[in-house]
Amino acid sequence: MKEYRTINKIAGPLVFVEKTEPVGYEELVNIVQSDGTVKRGQVLDTSDEIVVVQVFESTAGIGRDSGVRFTGETIKMPVSKDMLGRILSGSGKPKDGGPEIVAEKRLDIGGAAINPYARQSPEDFIQTGISTIDATNTLVRGQKLPIFSGSGLPHNEIALQIARQAKVPGSTEEFAVVFAAMGITKEEENQFMADFERTGALEHAVVFLNLADDPAVERIITPRLALTTAEYLAFELGYHVLVILTDMTNYCEALRQIGAAREEVPGRRGYPGYMYTDLASLYERAGLIKGEKGSVTQLSILTMPGDDITHPIPDLSGYITEGQIVVNRDLHRKGIYPPINVLPSLSRLMNAGIGEGKTREDHKKVSDQMYAGYAEGNDLRGLVAIVGKDALSERDQLLLEFADHFENRFVRQGHDEDRSIEESLDLGWELLATLPEELLVRIDRDLIRKFHPKYRSKEA
Amino acid sequence: MKGESKGILKRISGPVVTAVGLEAHMYDVVQVGDEQLMGEVIRIEGDKTIIQVYENTSGIRPGEPVSNTGLSLAVELGPGLLTSIYDGIQRPLEVLVDKMGNFIERGVTAPGLSHDKKWDFKPLVKAGDEAAPGAIIGEVQETNIVTRIMVPPNFKGGVVKEIKSGAFTVDEVVCTLDSGEDVKMMQVWPVRVPRPVTEKMNPDIPLVTGQRILDGLFPVAKGGTAAIPGPFGSGKTVTQQALAKWSDAQIVVYIGCGERGNEMTEVLTEFPGLEDPKSGKPLMERTVLIANTSNMPVAAREASVYTGITIAEYFRDMGYDVSLMADSTSRWAEAMREISSRLEEMPGEEGYPAYLAARLSEFYERAGRVETLNGDSGSVTVIGAVSPPGGDFSEPVTQNTLRIVKCFWALDAKLSQRRHFPAINWLNSYSLYLDTLSKWYDENVSPEWNGLRTWAMEILQKEAELQEIVQLVGSDALPDEEQVTIEVARMLREIFLQQNAFDPVDTYCSMEKQYDIMVAIKLYADLAYAALRAGVAPGRIVTITAKNDLPQIKFTQDYKADIEAIRKAMEAEFVKLREAL
Repeated sequence: MKEYRTINKIAGPLVFVEKTEPVGYEELVNIVQSDGTVKRGQVLDTSDEIVVVQVFESTAGIGRDSGVRFTGETIKMPVSKDMLGRILSGSGKPKDGGPEIVAEKRLDIGGAAINPYARQSPEDFIQTGISTIDATNTLVRGQKLPIFSGSGLPHNEIALQIARQAKVPGSTEEFAVVFAAMGITKEEENQFMADFERTGALEHAVVFLNLADDPAVERIITPRLALTTAEYLAFELGYHVLVILTDMTNYCEALRQIGAAREEVPGRRGYPGYMYTDLASLYERAGLIKGEKGSVTQLSILTMPGDDITHPIPDLSGYITEGQIVVNRDLHRKGIYPPINVLPSLSRLMNAGIGEGKTREDHKKVSDQMYAGYAEGNDLRGLVAIVGKDALSERDQLLLEFADHFENRFVRQGHDEDRSIEESLDLGWELLATLPEELLVRIDRDLIRKFHPKYRSKEA
Repeated sequence: MKGESKGILKRISGPVVTAVGLEAHMYDVVQVGDEQLMGEVIRIEGDKTIIQVYENTSGIRPGEPVSNTGLSLAVELGPGLLTSIYDGIQRPLEVLVDKMGNFIERGVTAPGLSHDKKWDFKPLVKAGDEAAPGAIIGEVQETNIVTRIMVPPNFKGGVVKEIKSGAFTVDEVVCTLDSGEDVKMMQVWPVRVPRPVTEKMNPDIPLVTGQRILDGLFPVAKGGTAAIPGPFGSGKTVTQQALAKWSDAQIVVYIGCGERGNEMTEVLTEFPGLEDPKSGKPLMERTVLIANTSNMPVAAREASVYTGITIAEYFRDMGYDVSLMADSTSRWAEAMREISSRLEEMPGEEGYPAYLAARLSEFYERAGRVETLNGDSGSVTVIGAVSPPGGDFSEPVTQNTLRIVKCFWALDAKLSQRRHFPAINWLNSYSLYLDTLSKWYDENVSPEWNGLRTWAMEILQKEAELQEIVQLVGSDALPDEEQVTIEVARMLREIFLQQNAFDPVDTYCSMEKQYDIMVAIKLYADLAYAALRAGVAPGRIVTITAKNDLPQIKFTQDYKADIEAIRKAMEAEFVKLREAL
């Protein structure tokens, strides 16, 4: 392999190489420093005059005297079933002292788009044991549902609780967790690893770790390695894979860093104009394929800068993912765990996964009615602050109390409390029963007669 | 004809590549690299030709060959379009699965129409008849929809010399003209050129959608344009899909432009099982889908809206009413931005190219109710979803869209959070078709309809003002009459405006039912104000029980008897209230 010593510019993570033979776009590059260290990169722009290489590690130590080798192929990663139980670095090297991965297959990490015609609609209900997800923002197999959180909120605990408790009721199929950390701290890593070890989840898991002090640019490939592994496990080995990506905000920062180094015209808040397309190339790698056994379900975590849901990162994510779970600081301050605010939360695939034969026939209507009641009760809180509780009509007072009950009994649950969907829905009915029946306009009469505690107790 | 020319690649940067030594014209389709990836010329600069490539370019090197086909990006139009699902450059996705498996790889071509399948062609003209461009010479019963075979608009036309009957492929000649031209069932049309029409007409017939807030308050005309902007999670896609399902167009073209893969799959699995409320046939039989999901190549996303609207125009030329949904035009604009920034063009607002407004208006202007070349009338209604970043309507795509479209359905995240669906804000939305459509409503719904609509809007407007006071002092502090107004407005919102797209009955509401529901609410309002004047306390008026059954009407198929009973019960209850005085 030919080695070039024609580096003419180094700017941040980018290395510009002159006078090369034709080099392919997105080709893998090895850069050999004078001390023998080899660093990896990828071609971002290629012409017969100059080739731009994005280096995945720190460019410290690279200079005019470094050699550049173009490998002639795009980045591929070795995958195998033996990856389960392994801990790898953000660029896929073993980090647990174990042997190198022996490749059963080498796959392109870019990942091709699933042909929409080949997709299977996701519709298998996943029970997470968390009421605010199961009953009101249901997760289904093959969905991509992110957690929108903020700094200092317990999103990691929620993600872990979901990873621990998630199951398809009545199913015993093989499952796996692929965990990709981008720029998280050592402490957070310890928290995740301790939990995986405590619950024995590690043996079903593949872990990719890019920590806060690892090179930022490496974060660009970490999720791609994780998703390539997930697709291999799902569509070639038949596993149901849950992918946890955390923290997508760090990924986007790395993207912005490269954009700035290339002197690109920035989009909103300095993030590159192609960030939507780039994020889509990650988030869209979830789903089911007709005739294949496995599935890829994505649960990505992102921290909203300044808790601002209109910030480009949560905004663009929300347009691609199939809903979002929003973690709320006010609820957290009230000491409620999990502090999930159902109002801005949404699961777009919920309707496909619930109802008769899947969860329960009253699921959709109970959920809608609770939303409506909680939204109205929550609005009334503002009014109470001005006019006092006594000035409210009786109906409004009941709604106000409903909002409190909803937070304290429905939202609040223990870290290890695993509620079945029936328990969650029955709890919902119990709360709705505190409202007069004529306020329950979103539920058909028949369902009220069947599930309303008032009629149920009569039957009993 | 422009000849074939070859050049070599000089530079590759994402979806944009540069070639040298190529004879090219703007928007020529070229084949790039050893794998002959499809691309289109978007700029010529000295000896350099800049090309956007419709497929992933990784691994392509400088020095690889580029050849020019000399043709523009075009679609194949003919029998076989209906029920198909295409990517942005009209490659049938079903065929691609057979050719390259579950994932979309590159370098595979597939024609838009099947060239092997034989269709039963039935002639409608005979030898000696005149056949001008656009004239219908025959038809193919494709699904329950008839595909009419026309003389292509770019032909000279003439007298029919010979016309055949029977089973043919789309490539076989079915008719010869004395001008020497051979008419086949398939036409090829460049996507960036609007298909010609005789004249554009005024849109004065509504596109009935079965959605109460749209038909009732903010109707769009057949051949009109509408925009649905809204932040994520406010129900754009559900609204678009409801329109695709229930609007009374004969043909629906649905473009999933840079959106989620699973959503297209949902349409694919759901539509074949849904019945057209009019024909009783599966909705899929009248539908053409274009799916270029967010992770498919960005240049093909740019092309997808043109592919879609050209197909829509083709059916319009047959005399059909076509509705075209583009979800989402923001992703299309972003594709333009991405290509533009790779070209290092001087950016306009927020990095979008300076020609954003021009491209948007060119696209929406291809909508319209027209007199076709053969003297028939047809229409293309364009309904574009807009995804404003952060829900901010002041951003360039929303603003440039609003300057063109006549109908604005403003989705509101606050409404969707309280599960008020469709989450269309009735205060911010508007339709500029009300005047031109009022005659139709008079004749086809009721002469009272336009008055009822104005009344409902007034009440809702009034409520918005009153809510500000209620927020400050509580509802009990309002004067009696206004407490009743608040209750009537609540009924309008919860009964008329809210509609459950997932309920088998409520998902589609006929104009007649819309009218009946509105009349029932108006009846309550009239009775309530009358009772108030007679001295009944507002607390008793707003709590009458007969009206509590009204919401159930929405979920009842044969509602006529029920609504009559409710009206009677309301009247009786009010009589009692007044007697009790």
